[in-house]
Amino acid sequence: MLTILFDGIAYGMVLFVLGCGLSVTMGLMNFVNLAHGAFAMLGGYVAVLAMQRLGLPFLASLPLAFLSAAVIGIVLERLIYRPMYAKSHLDQVMFSIGLVFMAVAGTDWLMGSTQQFIRLPAWLQGRFEIAGIGIGRYRLFVIAICGLLAVSLQWGFTHTRFGSRLRAAVDDARVARGLGIPVNRLFALTFALGSGLAGLGGALGVELMGLDPTFPLKFMIYFLIVVTVGGTSSITGPFFAAMLLGVADVVGKYLVPQVGAFIIYALMVVLLITRPHGLFARARA
Amino acid sequence: MTHRRTVLKGVLGFALAASVSSAALAQEALKIGLILPMTGPFASTGRQIDAAVKLFLAQEGAVHGGRKIEVILKDDAGNADATRRLAQELVVNDKVSVLAGFGLTPLAMATAQIATQAKVPQIVMAAATATITEASPYIARTSFTLPQASEPMADWAWANGIKKVFTVVTDYGPGIDAETSFANKFKAAGGTVESVRVPLRGPDFAPFLQRVSEAKPDALFVFVPSGVGAQFMKQFVERGLDKAGIKLIGPGDVVDDDILQGIGDVALGAITTHHYSAAHDSPANKAFVEAFQKANPGMRPNFMAVGGYDGMKLIAKALEATKGDANGDKLIAAMKGASWESVRGPVKIDPDTRDIVQNIYVRKTEKVGSELQNVEFATIKDVKDPVKARK
Amino acid sequence: MRAESFEARVRQALYAGRRWHPAEIAFWILAFAAFLLFPSHLLLLNEIAILALFALSLDLILGYAGIVSLGHAAFLGMGAYAAGLLAKHVTGDPLAGLACGMAAAGLVGLLTSPLVLRGSDLTRLMVTLGVALILYELANSFGSLTGGADGLQGVMMKPVLGQFEFDIFGRTAYLYSLSVLFVLFLIARRVVHSPFGLSLRAVRDNPLRASASGVPNGRRLAAAYTLSAAYAGAAGALLAQTTQFVSLDVLDFHRSADLMLVLIIGGAGYLYGGLVGAIAFKLLQDAISSFTPQYWMFWIGLFLVLFVLGGREIIHGAIKTVVGRFARLGKGGAR
Repeated sequence: MLTILFDGIAYGMVLFVLGCGLSVTMGLMNFVNLAHGAFAMLGGYVAVLAMQRLGLPFLASLPLAFLSAAVIGIVLERLIYRPMYAKSHLDQVMFSIGLVFMAVAGTDWLMGSTQQFIRLPAWLQGRFEIAGIGIGRYRLFVIAICGLLAVSLQWGFTHTRFGSRLRAAVDDARVARGLGIPVNRLFALTFALGSGLAGLGGALGVELMGLDPTFPLKFMIYFLIVVTVGGTSSITGPFFAAMLLGVADVVGKYLVPQVGAFIIYALMVVLLITRPHGLFARARA
Repeated sequence: MTHRRTVLKGVLGFALAASVSSAALAQEALKIGLILPMTGPFASTGRQIDAAVKLFLAQEGAVHGGRKIEVILKDDAGNADATRRLAQELVVNDKVSVLAGFGLTPLAMATAQIATQAKVPQIVMAAATATITEASPYIARTSFTLPQASEPMADWAWANGIKKVFTVVTDYGPGIDAETSFANKFKAAGGTVESVRVPLRGPDFAPFLQRVSEAKPDALFVFVPSGVGAQFMKQFVERGLDKAGIKLIGPGDVVDDDILQGIGDVALGAITTHHYSAAHDSPANKAFVEAFQKANPGMRPNFMAVGGYDGMKLIAKALEATKGDANGDKLIAAMKGASWESVRGPVKIDPDTRDIVQNIYVRKTEKVGSELQNVEFATIKDVKDPVKARK
Repeated sequence: MRAESFEARVRQALYAGRRWHPAEIAFWILAFAAFLLFPSHLLLLNEIAILALFALSLDLILGYAGIVSLGHAAFLGMGAYAAGLLAKHVTGDPLAGLACGMAAAGLVGLLTSPLVLRGSDLTRLMVTLGVALILYELANSFGSLTGGADGLQGVMMKPVLGQFEFDIFGRTAYLYSLSVLFVLFLIARRVVHSPFGLSLRAVRDNPLRASASGVPNGRRLAAAYTLSAAYAGAAGALLAQTTQFVSLDVLDFHRSADLMLVLIIGGAGYLYGGLVGAIAFKLLQDAISSFTPQYWMFWIGLFLVLFVLGGREIIHGAIKTVVGRFARLGKGGAR
């Protein structure tokens, strides 16, 4: 049972890395970006290609995944996301769905529709036992990396100038601008960070969740759940939401396999009914 | 004299005209509507079958029974409503004489009514649930059925000292078929079976595999659709289940030739039963694999490709038997009982059920040279679909 | 006195809205004439009619009540399965199935309406999506009832009104779907140009002010949502009946996504947006997928991105000019 808990935490960690970038961009730019999964997919494919074609070791491919997604993020933000900020939520949703369609079909054309695999280095394969709990090495690695990320993101959010400017801009962009905070540049940087995190999450998730061109569509619902339940104004919110959902999903499938699949959706609906603004969000004015 | 010459010319002219016109009639193309999932999660099935059909036409030509075959390819993206509409349009607008393809059970089932209403033979080249051929008297199948592949596995497992099996299958038609047929046969032999079903969309096998490791069975029987096999294998090994002495068995879908190389060494040692392996040791198969790989670099033919190739072969044989007559009833009658030596081994279309009767091989995944192959080491001959055979 | 003339003005405005625009009459004549004009494309036309009804249902809540929903496929699926199961187990009469589908979907709409009343746009998006996903999984799990991933088999339909059998060419199917669409459209039109419809628009535009004016926001939205669900259920029932098959695909996300695309193309809030959008979308999809059977999703995505970025104003502007010219023609001279 504890092994399952461990697995759930690992799964939740990946969901967190995937979702927190979306959460911050949504809170900051009030932009519903369903194409976030496409950045994750990009990161995954970059990692796979780097290992297969360039022969890079697994550890080196992770920062590469992050960087490539972040760079594409900045480029796209400047070019095509900017004009969308002022439009209605519906338009933004449709715009990002259009991007997802293009990404899915484009990846299918470029890479083919078969699953991609990552050959993990030997020290990340297999598992060992501690006090009766089976600890998978790769899952432990994932928890460690994501945990580190979570802590540094939270620290950065609350203890740096960038973080405080970001929080100010999230609370009230107009006033922040009035105070001289370069909100547009903040948008671009945050979007880059968020997309980069998605790319990293995608690369980490290849081993756990598989990778093929339909990835953004399959997993979109998962990161959206993390964001809606966790709220968009902090790092801790999505973290706990991701943990809750990751554990609930894995434990649910273990205990009641027949209905395992929709425990996560039912949980989301229940949470949203009881707390429509997310578990941890403050009421927005 | 002139009179006779004129008559001769007239007769010759008439004979020539008659032969030209009958040749023209004979040359009227016979259209085959090939409906495959070319996009979406099952696109690999579509690609394999499409490649196989093209290879067939290249190798055996397009003229059979005096008719030229023309294949119209349509993509249904694995969506049953699309399959149905495409089938309807192909029959009504393009006037096809045969419908072929059908990558999944719901796609085949959705089209059955149209085949019956329009009296058009429907050749199922991929879908594998047992009841498909009962949905219409115009359906013939050249792929396989899951019970056909799973029951021999039960026999082999029992005969080799496996007493307790845990089954993990994907929760849809073929998966349920595989589970029930294996479990029934195995239990009848005296073994114990515990089962769990994985949702079709499930990304993570961790919780299900956890249950397996806790149950400590002798073997794990698995069926998942082709794309997902790799994911499953990796997690199986990652959990150390192979080191715990649990054998991995099941129908060959999980070590699908299309992705076997990509799965990597984690697949070594899996024992599977299936109707085709790219490593099948026959001169015909070796030539087939070579030609296939030459025409499609980087692709290894799998059981889907063979289903497509044999489907075309069946249509060609039926046309030859009816001498080019495309009448649906006549074609289906010609298909019943047809038999030939396929690249997978000897095959026959059962005249009672219109389903395929073929050898099932027990194989082990081994390294041959630098490649992973499913090496056959036992053969069960002429297996009929057991579900219908019992009725 | 002041109040009376205001009421009179409102009534006048409502009656004016109910008058039939010449472009509308032309549209419906063309729709029915299509049966004779395009006899080999009736299957495609049938799909367009069903999609149009589905889009109409979303327009009722999106365009008129301002509720954004990413999970409308839930009602499509509910209607489809209800009608299919009725045909399989009880009676193959199409109209009974239609009523059953509408009732079932409407019920689900009524029961889930409290969920969409609370929260922001984003919450609503997620909740509606969640409901659709839950229904999908339920349909998948109860395979013995719904046929699961293999689809519902054995749906045999009796002739419509005892006379018109469903044929392989889609003749009955198209006329049946189109007639149902027309009747439901008339009802929707009447509802929208009524005090009820007016109150919906008030809630959409300024909920605070509407409730301050005495409009029971919650009840109105719930009623609109239920009606919309029933309409979507009708579309689902038609789908099940004309194809005599129901698969899990009716509950899939792409149905809801495609629907949003349809309304974006056609425009929401004037009832014809769904119909026009459905025609445009299906034709576009058909054209693109015959051109590139594998990668049509890419072009649809590109179209969507360009459309939202700036294309929509261009297209809608063009449509308005054309319709305006037509109207002036009909009225016989300058305004």
